[in-house]
Amino acid sequence: MAYNMKEIVAEKPSRFTSGHRMCAGCGAPPVARMILRALKPEDHAVIANATGCMEVSSFIYPYTAWTDSYIHTAFECAGATLSGVEAAYKAMKRQGKLPEDEHTKFIAFGGDGGTYDIGLQSLSGAMERRHDLTYVCYDNGAYMNTGIQRSSATPKFADTTTSPAGSVIPGKMQPRKDLTEIMEAHHLPYVAQTIAYMNFKDLYEKAEKAIYTEGPTFLNVLSPCPRGWGYPTDDLMTINKLAVETCYWPLYEIEDGKYKITYKPAKKLPVEEFLKPQKRFRHMFKPGNEWMIEEFQKEVDRRWEDLLKLEEMSNKE
Amino acid sequence: MGIRERLSGNEAAATAMKQINPDVVAAFPITPSTEIPQYFSTFVDNGQVDTEFVAVESEHSAMSACIGAEAAGARAMTATSANGLSLMWEMIYIASSLRLPIVMSLVNRAVSGPLNIHNDHSDAMGVRDSGWIQIFSETNQEAYDNLIMAHRIAENKDVLLPLMVCQDGFITSHSIENIELLEDEKVKEFVGEYHPAHYLLNKKEPIAVGPMDLQAYLFEHKYQQAEAMRNAKKVILEVAKDFEKMTGRKYGLFEEYRLDDAEIAIVCMNSTAGTTKEVVDSLREKGIKAGLLKIRVYRPFPEEEVAKVLSHLKAVAVLDKAESLNGAGGALFTDVTSAMQVNGINVPTCGYVYGIGGRDTTTKEIESVFNDLVEDSKKDRIENPYRYLGLRKE
Repeated sequence: MAYNMKEIVAEKPSRFTSGHRMCAGCGAPPVARMILRALKPEDHAVIANATGCMEVSSFIYPYTAWTDSYIHTAFECAGATLSGVEAAYKAMKRQGKLPEDEHTKFIAFGGDGGTYDIGLQSLSGAMERRHDLTYVCYDNGAYMNTGIQRSSATPKFADTTTSPAGSVIPGKMQPRKDLTEIMEAHHLPYVAQTIAYMNFKDLYEKAEKAIYTEGPTFLNVLSPCPRGWGYPTDDLMTINKLAVETCYWPLYEIEDGKYKITYKPAKKLPVEEFLKPQKRFRHMFKPGNEWMIEEFQKEVDRRWEDLLKLEEMSNKE
Repeated sequence: MGIRERLSGNEAAATAMKQINPDVVAAFPITPSTEIPQYFSTFVDNGQVDTEFVAVESEHSAMSACIGAEAAGARAMTATSANGLSLMWEMIYIASSLRLPIVMSLVNRAVSGPLNIHNDHSDAMGVRDSGWIQIFSETNQEAYDNLIMAHRIAENKDVLLPLMVCQDGFITSHSIENIELLEDEKVKEFVGEYHPAHYLLNKKEPIAVGPMDLQAYLFEHKYQQAEAMRNAKKVILEVAKDFEKMTGRKYGLFEEYRLDDAEIAIVCMNSTAGTTKEVVDSLREKGIKAGLLKIRVYRPFPEEEVAKVLSHLKAVAVLDKAESLNGAGGALFTDVTSAMQVNGINVPTCGYVYGIGGRDTTTKEIESVFNDLVEDSKKDRIENPYRYLGLRKE
């Protein structure tokens, strides 16, 4: 059935309710909402959440924005926590302790701090053990919850509170870790990189595939942060669009090792267009800093070319 | 009548776990508790249990997975030692705050550093105020029995706290002793089925676990945990009574060994109690009225009961198998003396730190403590209350 956002929204009520306290213009809540809409309405879900913005603003005792079962334990262990839940499901199902006709799906949400960095071990373990779960990283490219500190997902040159653009060192000096590729190196049945763009089609379809592919699956979703990136709150969708159209954040999926780029911009925009509206890159536009934009562009180009090659190579007979 | 066997402490713990047949076991190997997940995965792979074994990549993940599993509605168990427990530390507190009755077999070993693999109690002492029930075991039999009783205590609706059963690394974990096991069916019946009131996998009633809990509520939630810990004392005794009916083996909050008419006594935990009993018997033959108080339930600490049974003594020595590095006494010493003070008991009491990093503790050394107590009991006041046993001075 062809994707129809209006129908999906009409037929599938949001499982992540309003009233949560995430910032206006934050990229994460629409992502969570749409991913949960990819669940079949009759299926139960257990959501695990790493400590982070999403957790501290969606479940403040005694209120919760989650209509499914939900568990938060700590920062670095959403993967392991959900492993335990999934193992319990398997054991209890096998022993007839749960109704046979009911199905539960397992989804973890973690920011880039809880996923790329402090939670990487726990995530890697969960994936290697082949738990039947979907891990979603909402990547906003820094530790936003504690006040915009650099993470290994922070792009090079970004100004953060622990990599400030100073007079000697102009922001973060290291390139961004490629977590999607690290997840692919676990040889998972399904890995994808996506974003809320084009009526959420890419996000929704990948979420559905991830959730309903048996075994461990991973979604890396770029989720802009108005405070950390420095854009006006109503520009969220524009920022998402520019991330994709400049190929800064390529949309692709890997099914059993086969790469498929799910969106190829007809005309790749210069990365400047993605950088310019964001205050975290402001210093790159000062006279004399042209080299930074050039270098950034080179890195984006290199990664995009690599991806095109991977797509070609992995689909060869 | 039980089944007579010869098992090591680790085998005894693994056997108890097999008979309990939990839904999930998540564990990571660490000396000296490694054998427990080893034996247990054999049970899993040979189809002797219904358990899902999660071979996690760290102890932090072991406890995280146990939390996930228990919150999901399953019975979850784990085993660890020393640094494994240290790595779990963050999750240990979270497990108890979420009121999840996870059961752990803790094979006590010295916490790094420097690295040491042998027995002392520094691991257990590091989590003594984390909201876990802590039960100590002198022998393999006790390690087994305490595990069989564990779920009934932890899962009681007035308790709902995680519980760790401690035994001494190598000293009991790797020593083979005679043991009387229960029949599988008896254990199954005694432990019973687990029916949590609320759990993640209940589609009819989705729940949210682990909130942001701020100034308005956290205090009350901590009070509830403290109340649960206080309630545990009564439940531990009730479960012990049922256990005694089934096995004839009697357990209390502690064991008094020739303490009634004693004039001097040692307070200690785990295997050192066995050594001390031997010394008490030999001193009694010489006419010295020595006795022993072996603490079984360390958390909740039975402060009133401990103070009461020590009240008639002339001098007491508390042995701590963990150095507290606080400039004052060991943890058990502080607990015992505080209990006496609060209950208006004034018995001269001293503390000995001993057995650190697996340093052997001999009958001769225990005897030297009693000899010290004979001298101490002649004085009004203890001099030099912070002492060491078996420490080389040069």
